[in-house]
Amino acid sequence: MATKTGIPAGPAMTKPGVTLSKEEVMRYSRHLIMPEVGMEGQLKIKQAKVLCIGTGGLGAPLGLYLAAAGVGRIGLVDFDVVDTTNLQRQVLFGTSDVGRPKTEAAAERLRNLNPDIRIDTFETQLTSANALELFKDYDIIVDGTDNFPTRYLVNDACVITGKPNVYGSIFRFEGQITVFGYPGGPCYRCLYPEPPPPGLVPSCAEGGVLGVLPGIVGTIQAAETLKLIIGKGEPLIGRLLLFDALAMKFRELKLRKNPECPVCGEHPTLTKLIDYAEFCGVRGEEGPTTVTNVPEITPKELKTRLDRGDDIYILDVREPHEYQICNINGHLIPLGELSKRVHELDSSREIVAHCKSGKRSAEAVEFLRGAGFRKISSLKGGILGWSDEVDPTVPKY
Amino acid sequence: MAVKVIIPTPLRAYAGKQESVEVQAATVGEALAALTGKFAELKKHLYSDDGRLRSFVNVYVNDEDIRYLQKDQTAVREGDTISIVPSIAGGARD
Repeated sequence: MATKTGIPAGPAMTKPGVTLSKEEVMRYSRHLIMPEVGMEGQLKIKQAKVLCIGTGGLGAPLGLYLAAAGVGRIGLVDFDVVDTTNLQRQVLFGTSDVGRPKTEAAAERLRNLNPDIRIDTFETQLTSANALELFKDYDIIVDGTDNFPTRYLVNDACVITGKPNVYGSIFRFEGQITVFGYPGGPCYRCLYPEPPPPGLVPSCAEGGVLGVLPGIVGTIQAAETLKLIIGKGEPLIGRLLLFDALAMKFRELKLRKNPECPVCGEHPTLTKLIDYAEFCGVRGEEGPTTVTNVPEITPKELKTRLDRGDDIYILDVREPHEYQICNINGHLIPLGELSKRVHELDSSREIVAHCKSGKRSAEAVEFLRGAGFRKISSLKGGILGWSDEVDPTVPKY
Repeated sequence: MAVKVIIPTPLRAYAGKQESVEVQAATVGEALAALTGKFAELKKHLYSDDGRLRSFVNVYVNDEDIRYLQKDQTAVREGDTISIVPSIAGGARD
């Protein structure tokens, strides 16, 4: 555990016989001439083994800086392929990478940046079945994932294997960064014993991320990783760094190890990995409709009925900024304002509610049925479905 | 006592889109009650049905976690900052 002046020893110990080549001395000269790194630190970096969970927004700057710094072995875990919407922030990838597996494109880029290091790719989802085996070969795990089940999995696997977890997470323009799981320090469950129940934390309506935010947060994770490797400075152990890019403010909160923590406490009750999807009630990204059993109408049916002149009132329950991206001339009442603005709607008319993909409109329909509306249904697949099935000129976002 | 409550991004939608709200309170419990009094929708995001602070939401007075102080009985002084810090999961994808 770090104290004001104390520094945790870097996980990578310098082995005798490991040296830098003439080319490496040149490449890392700006590290070598700095006493805080120097030859000793650079040799530790060369021998360090870091596993990056996720090669997306956070993993991109992280991977680039760790590779540039000369981290000897970098593991990349991601099962995803590069998508056009990733390019706004995932600076590891270029337009020509769209459709490629992220690990493959990332490894190519990092090997080009630094051919002297070893890049391991794992094109797979991190699961309870493979996490301990994957973590075994690395000193430090960096969590750049995007969902609660994987975050709890990474945390628990780090505590069980005794490896530090350099944690970063982001939401819109706000980030949280810390180092969990360092021996003696707190873990993720000390801070948040349980994930939010499904549906309680705003997801799609409140989503989005300022492209540069993961750049800043991932770069801080890279800095913390390098500090742990060289054993210098004051690591973010027991400190939660909060960053707000809009206010451009950093704040720091104290994190304490919870003696009653089920994973790292004095009497742990959780000593092996569990089913994290079940633990988190399977939530995360905007998926298929979670409110079920509401009446639905398909985009094709709606189009047919509108074309033959049926009187159907379209209710758009998305946010105003989404309406600006694309709309089908619906009456806009964001889901969050529906209870206050329900009087704007005529319950005697037939209403079709829609959102982006069908989740929020299902909630809206459920709410309105509770408020006495009977002739109401939800557009299946939302405006994305409309774009797919009816009008491809409607942009997808 | 006037204290500032910092509202985190994910919860701003339920607090009139404000970044922070100033309330009059002598304890953290009073401050949060004043806040949820102003913004009723915020209540279900902060408290579970049995009235306990949700386990994915932490509350800090200045830089200290109230779980390690006197929880909602923690006294606040003029000018203190209360932070609501929920867990966020974002990272790789959207």
